[in-house]
Amino acid sequence: MEFLDYAFMQRALVSAVLVGITAPAIGIYLVQRRQALMGDGIGHVAMTGVGLGFLLDASPVWMATLVSVVGSVLMELIRWYGRTRGEIALAMLFYGGMAGGVMFVNLAPDGSNANLTSYLFGSLSTVSASDVTAISVLAAFVIVVSLGLRRQLFAVSQDEEFARVTGVPVRALNLLTAVTAAVTVTVAMRVVGLILVSALMVVPVAAAQQLTRSFATTYAVAVALGITASVGGTVTSFYQDIPPGATIVLLTIAVFLALTALAAPLARRRARAAAAALPAGDPVECAIPAARAAGG
Amino acid sequence: MTAETVVELRGVRAELGARPVLRGIDLAVRRGEVVALLGANGSGKSTAVRTVIGQVPAVAGAVELFGTPLRALRDWARLGYVPQRTTAAGGVPATVTEIVSSGRLARTRFGRFGRADRDAVRRALDLVGMGDRAHDPVTALSGGQHQRVLIARALAVEPELLIMDEPMAGVDLASQEILATTLRTQVAAGTTVLLVLHELGPLEPLIDRAVVLRDGCVTHDGPPPRALGQHALPGHDHVHPHAPGGAAPIGTGLLG
Repeated sequence: MEFLDYAFMQRALVSAVLVGITAPAIGIYLVQRRQALMGDGIGHVAMTGVGLGFLLDASPVWMATLVSVVGSVLMELIRWYGRTRGEIALAMLFYGGMAGGVMFVNLAPDGSNANLTSYLFGSLSTVSASDVTAISVLAAFVIVVSLGLRRQLFAVSQDEEFARVTGVPVRALNLLTAVTAAVTVTVAMRVVGLILVSALMVVPVAAAQQLTRSFATTYAVAVALGITASVGGTVTSFYQDIPPGATIVLLTIAVFLALTALAAPLARRRARAAAAALPAGDPVECAIPAARAAGG
Repeated sequence: MTAETVVELRGVRAELGARPVLRGIDLAVRRGEVVALLGANGSGKSTAVRTVIGQVPAVAGAVELFGTPLRALRDWARLGYVPQRTTAAGGVPATVTEIVSSGRLARTRFGRFGRADRDAVRRALDLVGMGDRAHDPVTALSGGQHQRVLIARALAVEPELLIMDEPMAGVDLASQEILATTLRTQVAAGTTVLLVLHELGPLEPLIDRAVVLRDGCVTHDGPPPRALGQHALPGHDHVHPHAPGGAAPIGTGLLG
């Protein structure tokens, strides 16, 4: 456990735990509403914030938070009003955000694309004490929203129309989801990097649901996998001297593949158990709906 | 007998895109009534109920629920809504109980669940005969069971007005009968019902009044068109719920 002796590793590990919790905690709602790539878009937009941070000599983390929150609100409004041409507008927002980041960093005194690299792909050694403070505050916000409003967010992400008729403030919650996802991107930016952050929002959720049948369990398993992958990846990255973001993401995908391989025999066992649970003496036909259900 | 009007549309016009779908319809549902909206595909019946719940904005005319203009309605817990079935399954697994619990949000403050809420969810599931599937994922359900879950979600609200968009579409015979029984219980308890139907089917004995739409206009408002049968409706898709299992619906209409 010698990695714990280094102050930079302690900071990186605290950040990694917070990333592991927050990314799947909000990502699950994005997956549920089939907007799995939204985090990726926000990551692009956040680059402009990082660039502005260098240019204005302000904290890149806070500037990225500011810009990605504004970007995520724009994305939500485009989704709301855009309808047919929304996709084009989103593309412009994403690539404009990326181009803006590169431009601002290079305009900054002694700035170059090299400054941007640690934000794009994550880096252990550059997580400062003030970064950890910012990440902790932002992560607390994400956890409060994604757990505290889980019933409302579940309802809105499941069936927007029904949620509205139930009196749930759908529009406000959609904006809040977008903003929370944006904040999560900046929480994850230092360790995982902007380009790869979306993976940690989506893949643990996808991996968890290979085994789970309820939303609550999927949530818990996804967060557990997120923490395991981000801490495991951080430690591996320390010993092997490989980039943490890429290590974490590849680890998550490996877990996904392993669980997918496990899922098929598990589903077969469940189908057999369901068939066995039918009252004895039932005609054979009764097994058909169960088999069909397992297949669909 | 002039009971309180629960749903009222006056001269309502609505458009989807730029296409006029409702061309000035009047509709009133009084407390305790069971009203069926009938009509061919594209006649505007689904749009009409979606206008009632505010999903499609009325470009002209007035929409009132419980005597309150829709815009000013705050107490959504008086209303239970069953959307036209697409799929209740999202991108993440969810159990029957989790889906039905969404309905209780109308009754809870800040989504905090108590015993009363859990009881209401269980009662709603029992009402549609899905109590034993409470912890199953919705992806494991048949079309009819799926529809029963969506109805349970609306019943969990414990509404005084139930609005249903084609609750019988794609529902197997066993589920249709359970749904008819469920609805009968609700109506007996005083619930007002407005539902879109493709044909009266097993619900026929429950319907007090039928409103028939054609090209976005009301062409009939009165007793269910029994004498002529539903066969007379333009563009009617003929589905025999009592036909031998697996019989394909026969499209007989212009649009069917």
